[in-house]
Amino acid sequence: MVSVRSIVNTPSSLTPNDLPWIIEHREERCTLCGRCAAVCPVGTLNLKYMRKRMPQLVLSATERGSSYKTFVGIRQSTEIGKRCIGCGTCSLVCPNEAIQPLQNPGRDRFRFVNNQQGEPAKRGGRRNVPGASLLDRIIFDRISMLTDPALDAGRHEFSLNTLLGRVLPPEEYVRRKLSGEWIPPVREIFPFIIGSMSFGALSPNMWLGLLQGVAYCNEVLGIPVVMATGEGGCPPWVLRSPFLKYIILQIASGYFGWDEIIRAIPEMQCDPAAIEIKYGQGAKPGDGGLLMWYKVSKIIARLRGVPEGVDLPSPPVHQTLYSIEESVMKMIQTMSMAWNFRVPVYPKISGSTSAKSVLNNLVRNPYAGALLIDGIDGGTGAAYNISMDATGHPIAANVRECYLDLCAQGKQNEIPIFAAGGVGKNGNVTQNGMALIMLGASGVHMGKFMMQTAAGCLGTETNRCNVCNLGICPKGITSQNPKIYRRLDPDQVAQRVVDAFMSIRTETKKIMAPLGRSQSLPIGMSDALGIDDKDVAERLNIRYVC
Amino acid sequence: MCRLAMKTASEPFSPFSVLQAMEAMQEGYDGSGLGLLLRGLTFADYKYNASDPILSGIAHTEEALARLDHIMDKAGFTLKYDHEFEVKKAMIEAQDRHKYILRVYKLPAAWSKLAAEQVEYELMLTRLALRADGEAHGNDLTAFSLWPDVAMIKEVGWPLEIGLALGLDAGRILSRICMAQGRQNTNYGINLYACHPFFIQGVATMTNGENTAFIPIKDWLTGRSYPGYIGYQSDSEVFAHILHYVTKKLKLPLSAYKHVITPLKNEELARHPQGDFLRGLRDACRRLIIDGPNAVIGTLPDETSLLVMDAKKMRPATVGGKPGEWAIASEMCGVDAMIPDRDRSKDFQPMREHTVIIPPDRQELQIWSQFDQLSIPQAA
Repeated sequence: MVSVRSIVNTPSSLTPNDLPWIIEHREERCTLCGRCAAVCPVGTLNLKYMRKRMPQLVLSATERGSSYKTFVGIRQSTEIGKRCIGCGTCSLVCPNEAIQPLQNPGRDRFRFVNNQQGEPAKRGGRRNVPGASLLDRIIFDRISMLTDPALDAGRHEFSLNTLLGRVLPPEEYVRRKLSGEWIPPVREIFPFIIGSMSFGALSPNMWLGLLQGVAYCNEVLGIPVVMATGEGGCPPWVLRSPFLKYIILQIASGYFGWDEIIRAIPEMQCDPAAIEIKYGQGAKPGDGGLLMWYKVSKIIARLRGVPEGVDLPSPPVHQTLYSIEESVMKMIQTMSMAWNFRVPVYPKISGSTSAKSVLNNLVRNPYAGALLIDGIDGGTGAAYNISMDATGHPIAANVRECYLDLCAQGKQNEIPIFAAGGVGKNGNVTQNGMALIMLGASGVHMGKFMMQTAAGCLGTETNRCNVCNLGICPKGITSQNPKIYRRLDPDQVAQRVVDAFMSIRTETKKIMAPLGRSQSLPIGMSDALGIDDKDVAERLNIRYVC
Repeated sequence: MCRLAMKTASEPFSPFSVLQAMEAMQEGYDGSGLGLLLRGLTFADYKYNASDPILSGIAHTEEALARLDHIMDKAGFTLKYDHEFEVKKAMIEAQDRHKYILRVYKLPAAWSKLAAEQVEYELMLTRLALRADGEAHGNDLTAFSLWPDVAMIKEVGWPLEIGLALGLDAGRILSRICMAQGRQNTNYGINLYACHPFFIQGVATMTNGENTAFIPIKDWLTGRSYPGYIGYQSDSEVFAHILHYVTKKLKLPLSAYKHVITPLKNEELARHPQGDFLRGLRDACRRLIIDGPNAVIGTLPDETSLLVMDAKKMRPATVGGKPGEWAIASEMCGVDAMIPDRDRSKDFQPMREHTVIIPPDRQELQIWSQFDQLSIPQAA
């Protein structure tokens, strides 16, 4: 045994085998081109000179017994800040398929030491719960093939749109309409909405690509898709463009970007689709938005009215508010007034057992346009691991409970509930969305799914990549560094946005047709849902099937 | 599938003639039930005053009948006529039918001070009290309707056989309107209440086809907290309740019914003279949009009849006749059986946008299209 001090050994020392991702490097295929090391977003890969002893049996006394060979190889850093994140960009650029990250099949020890200097681990991305989600397990089982002539998803007309905004009870609508009184604004939109991701969290190219795709869906395909901005405001040229009508402007506790928005109101060519007031988000309930300093570039700083390169943590709550009642009175009505009561205004909250009390308060306010509930599986640009992993409420039961509560009051058509948090996290976006709709949601918001499908986000539920917070996104989706986001072509993103919505539209019809539904979105059609779990079926008040 | 037949005529006729029309269409049903609704009644052995309410139902036991008498007495109703069916029990599948009830009552004296709308409300509550009493006693009492000039019969079996078993061929009961439907709703379990036509406060509908949007519509109607919006043993019951809601609660014209259950598309509304009103109405009544293939036949207290189709016109229905006499049926052979001597070239099969209305004078058909102007002047 050698003495302890002669080997590197600190409490936080790691070997490659302790890391979540281990680089597999096949030296016999490597051409030493160095592309992998150059492209690695965390700098974990190093080209290293190494020496290898070549023992040989030599009988002559004048020669040395062994020779040494020097070679160049790729090595993985075991520094905590430079651990491999599994993004696989190295594989993407390797001309010879010589390198790839492999997930550590054992329990990595990294998780015990990633709190250096007392700072708990943070990440961007997702909650990291692999396997089928609850929404993936809900099936549509009330097939009307014989009691009905089946509908043809390919040939029949389908009405797929949903309503965003306060809808009056029919008696009140007729009364007000006939006496010429104010009718709350209602938007007819596609029920799959691009969830709030801020200009700041997303790179300019990603944002532009999304907007281009959304505009194409609306103006060429007739799919009325809308997208939400997130907290960071909206580029000034968009505010003054006819595309604003496809955008839900978010106001959150940091009020970032709202100087620009308010200033632009007199010059707006059209009204925004809606105003979303963010009180909470599913990925990190109790935390405000967080844009880390890496991403506060010149343009972001200008848009948000802050200096460059500083962390931008929004407060956890709107500082001027003390209660939901006040919030409704102050914010919803103020925002409504800003656009002369022509734009629906609604709050977004984290999934919570208290969602019902928020909802019931909204029901009693005539200006509240909807409620968006964001479940625990929601993604984010940056959050503490603890918030993302263990804080919040799953969306399915939350939405169902709120919907049934509205049904009991007969108000389910008046305040639409929108659901978010894990929709399409395993790719089954239409199934997940339609399951939530049949549980009672009027529509769903999806963020991670759009990043993955439209821009090739590398994140998976096995903690791959998830560095959206650091501004080093290998695909250029969540970076403000032009060297990186130049990798992302907005036109290609737009094309993929369009691909995604066309496919969602077809799949929605493929779900509705066998259920015998085509005239309206089957909101609350819970008789068509089944799941192979008795407890879940009982909780959601749907059928247990096996 | 099931089959529907409805006849409306200025001269009262026997319901048995409509059952014969059902027989002509018998390939389309399975003998699981018959529902009949008669309006504009004439009894051979009683001179009926059309303002007196008639109670229709079944007392399955003697005890249930006694309870019925007690409830009606307590509410202040006086029995004026008790129609005794000449029942041939052997021809009826179910063996627990103590008495088929078709009774004429005098309204309680205390109600004379009530406004017409309140009387209608109280009549509904009384019917619901009878129904609730039956349900509380193992369904031994079934109450279909309690309304002036309306009688209803519902039973399990083949329509013609039920007609014969109840002696409807004897001509003791005649009516100016007869609605008949030839199948129970087997989608949601056999139950006498699940049999069409459905009735609420004088409004009745029967439907051919499945309403796939049933649950969300039911949930919404239930949320109105209106005592009459209950039941829903059949997905088609909501059609009657929506018609009631549109005409009695929203007080909109009959032509608005179609705009509620199958609203026009955006591009069509954009061209409609009242598109703005109708679009808002569509949003406000969004949970009442029906789905699936449906032909809905309805009648109203003033003896107006109507026929509408689903938005894709996925079910058949034909209307034909001549001044004073009109018939609606799922198949042409049904219309033929009811009114053979008509000009068939004038038969009409409504399309998705049509509402066929036969007004009480029965002189001509009104074919109203959703693209036409609606008669709400302020809404223009």
